[in-house]
Amino acid sequence: MKEIIYFLQQNIDTVYIVILMIFLGIEVIGRVPSVLHTPLMSGANAIHGVVIIGAIIVMGKAESGNYLALILGFLAVVLGTLNVVGGFVVTDRMLEMFRKKKVKSEK
Amino acid sequence: MILSILPVLYLLASITYIMGLKMLSKPSTARAGNLIAAGGMIIAIFATIFLYKFNGKSLGNYPWIFSAMIIGCIIGWLVAKKVKMTAMPELVSFFNGMGGACAALISIVEFDYLWRESRTANALFSEVAPGGHYLAIIAGTIIGSVSFIGSMIAWGKLAGKFKDFSFKGQHLFNSIVLILVFVSAIYTWFSPANNANIYFFITVALAILYGVFFVLPIGGADMPVVISLLNSFTGVAAACGGFLYDNKAMLTGGILVGAAGTLLTILMCQAMNRSLLNVLIGSFGGSSKAGPAANQAQGNIKEISVSDAAMLMAYAKKVIIVPGYGLAVAQAQHTCHELEKALEEKGVEVKYAIHPVAGRMPGHMNVLLAEADVNYDKLLEMELANEELKSTDVALILGANDVVNPAAKNDPSSPIYGMPIIEVELARQVIVNKRSMKPGYAGIENELFYHQKTSMLFGDAKKVLQELLAELKNI
Repeated sequence: MKEIIYFLQQNIDTVYIVILMIFLGIEVIGRVPSVLHTPLMSGANAIHGVVIIGAIIVMGKAESGNYLALILGFLAVVLGTLNVVGGFVVTDRMLEMFRKKKVKSEK
Repeated sequence: MILSILPVLYLLASITYIMGLKMLSKPSTARAGNLIAAGGMIIAIFATIFLYKFNGKSLGNYPWIFSAMIIGCIIGWLVAKKVKMTAMPELVSFFNGMGGACAALISIVEFDYLWRESRTANALFSEVAPGGHYLAIIAGTIIGSVSFIGSMIAWGKLAGKFKDFSFKGQHLFNSIVLILVFVSAIYTWFSPANNANIYFFITVALAILYGVFFVLPIGGADMPVVISLLNSFTGVAAACGGFLYDNKAMLTGGILVGAAGTLLTILMCQAMNRSLLNVLIGSFGGSSKAGPAANQAQGNIKEISVSDAAMLMAYAKKVIIVPGYGLAVAQAQHTCHELEKALEEKGVEVKYAIHPVAGRMPGHMNVLLAEADVNYDKLLEMELANEELKSTDVALILGANDVVNPAAKNDPSSPIYGMPIIEVELARQVIVNKRSMKPGYAGIENELFYHQKTSMLFGDAKKVLQELLAELKNI
């Protein structure tokens, strides 16, 4: 019990952020029409590509002799970039079609 | 104290993610929202590369970082641009898997640092690693691995590379594997430095095993739900990394996606009128499949020739097309649009009835038909379509099955009972185009095919549509 309270005390900022973000995440997409489910999923998919920051840190602080960190870090940066770039581009491609429709129907 | 603008830039990035998600949930602002989030991501990435300080030192290995990013960019860009619209769901799953793998790799490297430290100190692993730190590492590893392998399986399934696979006692097996993952993770924590890494890699292997058997038995029609769930998993894995590095941009982005993704998963389940648990455990299992199938697979089906079908439609007042996955597979959206135009030239009113979960993803059909330049006004949502069907002469079903299955309405024993459907039998005539009599992805029989109003038009959607077009020109 003591440890838990100590842990919370140590990381209270983080705990606040996590809890607020959970509510925010739920609130923000509260009433999304079902047509947008796929693009929204794809967009969220791109956003969690933020994990690439971790990969960059791993890569950037790896010492030159530490091959495990270098190789895995390199791989992680490649995969993370794939996630970010692919995610945003695919989402944009999907949404582009939605917009094209919109413009047409307005004409 | 040295002032750093890094935290400010991270704050900015976090705000763009929130705004991006918010805007993505409205059709009019969706595209801008995506671009804003992408902008925030670019800021966060370059801020990290140039401003991040580790123990007071800037990051090194720039050539490595940039070459990795360039490789990732080129592959990601090419894949995302080249892939056909029909393969979109697979692609989202694929990129999600990449993110999961990235999170897992980071955690593995971080574990390696701790492990070396504990080995030099010759201490128990738990004496070196702070509890919260280890928790973030192991959670990132497990969730990242499950997300990676699960997404890859989902990708393979949607691309038709794997079939559904389930065996007796699968749920028990999965639960045991999951418990073993936790046991092994705790064991790693309390083991002496020398073999902590062995248990760690056993944990990774078990997590991968779990990921495989978690996704394999789930039916293909439920894949979108699973992908959405794995998507939120990856979000949590990214947040673990954020905790590890005390990095607020990663933390907020990850948790945001984790929470939003979970809600989105639940919303998708609701669109199919099923619970998440039912999707994950139900996997359209054996007994419920046999029952209604045996009851309904009676009666005769009626076939119709292409010329008769063309005749029927040419002299109809109103035709409603119900597209499904078969249309996407056959890449027939353009031909479908041509048919629509040909019919309209003959004075027939043509509309499309779009079921929210037709195809392999919610919104799949909207995207597909938009690619073929079908006018937005012609796409009717389910409720509206059911109204219009009452005054419709011909309902043409192109490769849709489960979303028009009356069992969802009439048969409480059916696994899809309760799912809202497009009630095509309200129309005067129903023409069903399918490749064969095989049941749809949910694996259940469709009594619609035996309905007296229904005529079957067998064949690949594209080929059949082309033949219909040719016939229409002759009339």
